[in-house]
Amino acid sequence: MGSAPDELEVSLWRGGEAGRYEAYRVPLKENQTVLDLVTWIQRYLDPTLSYRFACRVGMCGSCAMTVDGRPRWTCRTLVAKILKGRRLEIGPLQNLPVIKDLAADMRPFFEKWQRAKGVFAPSQTRREAPAKIPPQSALRIAADAAIECINCGICYAACDSVRWNRDYLGPAALNRAWTLLNDARDKGNAERLRAVSGKDGCHNCHSHQSCERHCPKALNPTASIAGLKRKTLEAYLTGRIAG
Amino acid sequence: MTVRLYLWQRLTAALMAPMVLAHLAIIFYASRQGLTAAAMLARTRGSFGWALFYGVFVVAASIHASIGLNNVLCEWSPLKERGSGVLASAFGALLFLLGLRAVMAVVS
Amino acid sequence: MSARTLGHRRDPLWLAALLHRLSGVALAAFLPVHFLVLGLAIGGGGRLEGFLRWSEEPLVRLAEGGLVFLFTLHLLGGLRLLWIENFPWRGGQTGIALLAALVSAAAAFFFLLILF
Repeated sequence: MGSAPDELEVSLWRGGEAGRYEAYRVPLKENQTVLDLVTWIQRYLDPTLSYRFACRVGMCGSCAMTVDGRPRWTCRTLVAKILKGRRLEIGPLQNLPVIKDLAADMRPFFEKWQRAKGVFAPSQTRREAPAKIPPQSALRIAADAAIECINCGICYAACDSVRWNRDYLGPAALNRAWTLLNDARDKGNAERLRAVSGKDGCHNCHSHQSCERHCPKALNPTASIAGLKRKTLEAYLTGRIAG
Repeated sequence: MTVRLYLWQRLTAALMAPMVLAHLAIIFYASRQGLTAAAMLARTRGSFGWALFYGVFVVAASIHASIGLNNVLCEWSPLKERGSGVLASAFGALLFLLGLRAVMAVVS
Repeated sequence: MSARTLGHRRDPLWLAALLHRLSGVALAAFLPVHFLVLGLAIGGGGRLEGFLRWSEEPLVRLAEGGLVFLFTLHLLGGLRLLWIENFPWRGGQTGIALLAALVSAAAAFFFLLILF
């Protein structure tokens, strides 16, 4: 299927797990994002197309898709910046079940977030004065480096350690666990260290750095996981967690 | 991979790093001098130092390779956790036995 | 899905990890052979000497160069990993991985220079 000079051939994944790619012609425009392409197809060619988005400004983390083989936040990805030739292939995120078309099932991703104890465990109540965390403290700096995660699932989709071990907690959940481990107000670290050091925990990471390479927020989950490896090893050697 | 296996694999790795470097230096030296088997064995036979060096090397390599193989099998083969573990342990034991036999052969 | 769904496998650091694993598997596969050959020294070095003569064949020497490459690559790749995991993060890992590959190739080259 050829396309006119001002047109693009966009292949979209259609259907569930056993779906296929289908091609559409979309007019090229200036400053067009990948999400714009998908939206145009839904509005003008096929209203039954399913996909997910909300904020369109790179905050909510809901529009991630596989674009020409790489996971990307589609609302902040300019077509002109990634286009090679006149063809683009857009599919749902990898390493997750497909619900329909471009919408991946994020449940396993968020379940692992829970399993990694990526939930704040308060050590104080609202009746006490707010904790004072000096911005220059080592813990605060370590937490800061990993805190801007928007839960988009891009790192998880790019990670081959997840692909090769479906139970592996994955970069996002472990990155979150690392943030909380460095949160001086949190009291859940004993349990958290146990949670991230099991057989599906941080030691599965091979430091491919695909998570860092693809993270739209320029975070480095590989570094966070390396931090967890040090902390869990320390805990193991001092008898605070079992092997 | 558990924290226990991780510790053993990284520990043996760190231990072997200088040993690998030394082994490479020995390979280069022996090749450059064109040492014959007799010349090499004359150096190693009866030497406690060589026995200790290569003995430790063999033990560390057996552990390291076994854990590494287990990871590869778990991730890349259809074997389940148990099957991978058994196969990798058997391979480690094989390396350990053949390795110690080799060390004995060159030092005694 | 389509062939284009694995773009991350074209990244240098992914390839570095792959090479680390493959070199490890290759070295592990070589070790039993290595140990059996050394076992030939049992009862005098005659049989070992015979093997060493055979190993002077050009193809065998070339293979030995390959082993030196894999050995060095696995050593340097492993050191890079230990560094990542045990020390504060340092950027520029792609360059370091590339350097490791170059040093390994140079080691194998010099080894072959000695042999030939």
